[in-house]
Amino acid sequence: MSALLSSHGVLLTDAHLLLADDESLPGDGALIVSLARWQAESTALLGRAAPVAVKLPNAIDVLSLDDKVLARPLLVLDFPSFADGRAYSQARRLRDRCGYGGLLRATGAAVVIDQLVMLLRTGFDQIQLRADQPQALAVAELLRLRQPWYQPDALQNRFVTLLRQG
Amino acid sequence: MYRYDQFDQALVNARVEQFRDQTTRYLAGELAADEFKHLRLRNGLYVQRFAPMLRIAIPYGTLSSKQLRMLAHIARKYDKGYGHFTTRQNIQFNWPKLETVPDILADLATVEMHAIQTSGNCIRNITSDHLAGVARDELIDPRPYCELTRQWATEHPEFNWLPRKFKFAFSSSTTDRAATQVHDIGVHIIKNAKGEIGYEMVVGGGLGRTPIIGQVIREFLPETDLLSYSEAILRVYNLLGRRDNIYKARIKITVKETGLAKFKEMVEAEWATIKDGPLKLKREDIARFQSFFTSFDYQASAASDTSYAEHLAKDSAFAAWTKRNLKAHRQPGYAIAFLSLKARGVAPGDVTHQQMDAVADLADRYSFGELRATHNQNLVFTDVRQADLYPLWQALAALDLATPNIGLLTDVICCPGLDFCSLSNASSIAVAEEIFDRFESLDYQHDIGEIKLNMSGCMNGCGHHSVGHIGILGVDKKGEEWYQITLGGSSENKASLGDRTGPSVGREHIADAVQTIIQTYLDQRQNEEESFLACYQRVGMPPFKARLYPVAAEQAA
Repeated sequence: MSALLSSHGVLLTDAHLLLADDESLPGDGALIVSLARWQAESTALLGRAAPVAVKLPNAIDVLSLDDKVLARPLLVLDFPSFADGRAYSQARRLRDRCGYGGLLRATGAAVVIDQLVMLLRTGFDQIQLRADQPQALAVAELLRLRQPWYQPDALQNRFVTLLRQG
Repeated sequence: MYRYDQFDQALVNARVEQFRDQTTRYLAGELAADEFKHLRLRNGLYVQRFAPMLRIAIPYGTLSSKQLRMLAHIARKYDKGYGHFTTRQNIQFNWPKLETVPDILADLATVEMHAIQTSGNCIRNITSDHLAGVARDELIDPRPYCELTRQWATEHPEFNWLPRKFKFAFSSSTTDRAATQVHDIGVHIIKNAKGEIGYEMVVGGGLGRTPIIGQVIREFLPETDLLSYSEAILRVYNLLGRRDNIYKARIKITVKETGLAKFKEMVEAEWATIKDGPLKLKREDIARFQSFFTSFDYQASAASDTSYAEHLAKDSAFAAWTKRNLKAHRQPGYAIAFLSLKARGVAPGDVTHQQMDAVADLADRYSFGELRATHNQNLVFTDVRQADLYPLWQALAALDLATPNIGLLTDVICCPGLDFCSLSNASSIAVAEEIFDRFESLDYQHDIGEIKLNMSGCMNGCGHHSVGHIGILGVDKKGEEWYQITLGGSSENKASLGDRTGPSVGREHIADAVQTIIQTYLDQRQNEEESFLACYQRVGMPPFKARLYPVAAEQAA
């Protein structure tokens, strides 16, 4: 099982079960379901007491999501291949245009040491590290967040020219 | 020029260490080859036919003598003693060893240079007019805006994994010298009716296998909104651009398939929520960047020099050089001097380490310690006193950098071709050389006048053949080199794509074909004032086709 890290590099215990589309709905416990499953069974899913998170395909337009999805405390965004960066922009759109204030989790093939800083700077709160990635290296990589960066981002919300005058 | 502060330096140093770590992990087998490939590409490192190739950024083409000396050092220490200036104002080294690249990058960082985002599917080096700051037809120096954009684009966390590469070009003059209409985003810095500075934003242009001229997405964008609007365009592209087919992944295809109106609507909607956010520039931020690009301390007495006129009268070779390789400067008594990297027997754009060192010394002596790289693969000293032109010319002639052919037929724009590139179908450098030999007579070239011959070894179009007045493209036919010819392309103000003449011609006939085209032009033109491009636009393809194909058919038989 791969490690789930917070944006500070703390190892998190994941209470969520990632439910496959063909698995039956358990009576209790926090879940992550696909968007398709959510759309098909949202009434049943909302009827349960435990929290339900939704995993979004990286090809969907997040502007099309309804309020109930946007009310989820956790959304999981997918990086299905190493060089496919669509979910970076999905994350920004969820924050900037949808006003999504819940947690964002990154998962998939691109969630590696070398993309950690970009993920956190784009506003992800949780990192589902790819299984082969050494956790210690990942935590060390987070030190790079402290180096200077030019853009305003999720961590330092001002353009660099202002920081310099700071 | 722009100088790093602690902030810039810390960022570049950190990037060197990150790449050193990535290289170490790759060599130790801890990083998969395919993933390292993506990571090294974001640091300018390709693996070519024979060796890795490292591309180093020269932001908007501006280079100091100190930086050029470092490039000479790199050529000497890590490569085979030379470098290659590219069509995007960068420089490439073709023979570095993978293990030494982190050291090269560390050396570069000491002179405020890097290879960040010079390849890979991310925002590439920002290019601009090589005459920025000195051109007579310029509204405002585009370089401060380029530098702002460079900083915004550098390690942008959201845009490092785009569908495909992404190129910006800036221009602020009546003549477009930056080919802005064939870039992913072309920025024209303009003034509106109220006299305010802003931008005409052009999107979706590009060369490669589907060349397309960009379209205006916004006629006037206020000065402070450059980065937020760019961010909106990039976000829409990152989400919408195709990832199923590498040849349809550039923004030019996204815009074409979506339609400009719909694409614009999406960009404007995206922009509406971020335009007044942290990316909105402040006038004082812009002023701070502008303070780096003030003009040099010109001597008022420079124009009173009389030696220049004397040398002109006495030395016809010098006079020929001044006619071709100088451009008028804004400041009386100063000139803009081009250093031709298109000498006989040299691959276009190649420079040796000795030449680089010598040019750095000359820049110190004669041009305030700065120079420019052009997208036509030449170098420019932008600020030379007229009294210094003669000694400069003598020094350049001794370095074989004074060929008086700027803008002429032998000022060929060319990719490295088969000799280096694993994609190429053409020995473009050898063909360029053959054309050089054929048209070496300068009188003949002067008679032909302004003409751009662009050659690419493959469909990717690194030599920008689609916008050459004469374009030559290497194609592979059953393992043999053939060449497709286009006429009438242009990346200037009214950008146009070349028209194909007809079937491609074989390797042994390409120089003949060029000669036939030139002869047809000379016969067809109304007078010496009518350039090749103007003539072609008037008479069209038929006369060229008629002359070209009987010959080619006969020879091929």
